[in-house]
Amino acid sequence: MTLLPVAVIALPDPPVSWSMRRHLAHLSDEALVALVARGDESALAELYDRVGRVAYGLAFRVLRDDRLAEDAVQEAFLAVWRGAAGFIADRAKASTWILTLVHRRAVDTVRREQRRRTEPLDDAAADTATSESAEAAAWLGFERDRVKSALQLLPDAQREAIELAYYGGFSQSELAERLGLPLGTIKSRMFAGLSRLRELLDDGAGAA
Amino acid sequence: MDLELHELTAAYALEALEPEERDAFEAHLASCERCQEELASFWEVTGALAFAATGPAPSDALRDRILESVRAEPQHVVPLESRRRRLTPVLGAVTAVAAVVAIGLGIYAVSLNSELDDTRTALAQQQTTAAILADPSATTVALQAGEGRLVVASDGDAVLVLDGVEQAPSGKTYQVWIVQGQTPTSAGLFRGTDGTDVVPVAGKVQPGEVVAVTLEPAGGSAAPTTTPLAASNPV
Repeated sequence: MTLLPVAVIALPDPPVSWSMRRHLAHLSDEALVALVARGDESALAELYDRVGRVAYGLAFRVLRDDRLAEDAVQEAFLAVWRGAAGFIADRAKASTWILTLVHRRAVDTVRREQRRRTEPLDDAAADTATSESAEAAAWLGFERDRVKSALQLLPDAQREAIELAYYGGFSQSELAERLGLPLGTIKSRMFAGLSRLRELLDDGAGAA
Repeated sequence: MDLELHELTAAYALEALEPEERDAFEAHLASCERCQEELASFWEVTGALAFAATGPAPSDALRDRILESVRAEPQHVVPLESRRRRLTPVLGAVTAVAAVVAIGLGIYAVSLNSELDDTRTALAQQQTTAAILADPSATTVALQAGEGRLVVASDGDAVLVLDGVEQAPSGKTYQVWIVQGQTPTSAGLFRGTDGTDVVPVAGKVQPGEVVAVTLEPAGGSAAPTTTPLAASNPV
């Protein structure tokens, strides 16, 4: 697939848009957010090109629906556009901030729509119709494996609590009810699980 | 320190709180530095979890939809309406000075140019540029000529963001000037790309000064020799 993404060709002013994106490539995500705060649309496009793939994958994982996932991502990027000036780079990486916005919208929607599911997605459903570069795909695959490996190293109870909450959109109270456990136990599992995961990812122990 | 609320940091990062719990935690978070730090590190973990979410790729139409929705938003920052405005007398001053060519600055410009070729300098410069752009206290100044904006940090470090400047023809370079009153001072050279140029201004920009760009012979000039193709409003 060496063709340009269709989206690029379809833009009203393809050559300029394409070269802008290329030129912004050397800027950090945080610098791009700063440009977005100053009303720079091409910087938002570049951020989408960097984070959109993961953002959509996350929204889809939570929502299991094309349209709802797209809505969540679109709303989140609109929130990035509106809220970029309030982003404080010391607090979080820009990509983390964006993914947090996407995740909150996905979770809010899944609770509202009562449509959450818990079974893992079939890997075969992934990686279709992608227009990203081979390098980007390889890096994404590496990062995904690293996090999945780290997750596998968690005690089952902690992993279950984290996966049901983060990917399933269950609140801690819903989880306590669903698993028939005291709320305090759920809280502790989440806290211990996330702390352990933090150590594993910092150590690079998740790397296969 | 409310231990019970502190423990909610993980659930908050996982988005596992009910709306009222979320509100209570956010109220606590505003004043609890420990929770803010803990949350920042937990967010890095949940950010990593996002990468492990296996899902299909988004349709190409989503990118268009997002950009369209953004275009439909009211302009929320510095207006760029000044694009078509006529050049102010300040620009006239720049070209007037161009006739009286001074010496000395040319040498500075040349040495700056060779430094620019040095990768390490370029990298350091890139970091500075990013820091200025990311500085929430930096002000954005609209251009009176050309398209783009000037971003000035509180200490006077500045970055010029230019749209639509073509690559400089061979044997030519773009030169940045800081203009104080009637006096332009060279503030670096750049070659230009056909897209957006993010150009660090080599020098401190003080209130009332203007940053301008002219096309000059390779190596730069001691003073501007052409009409500015871009210039900021006074800072």
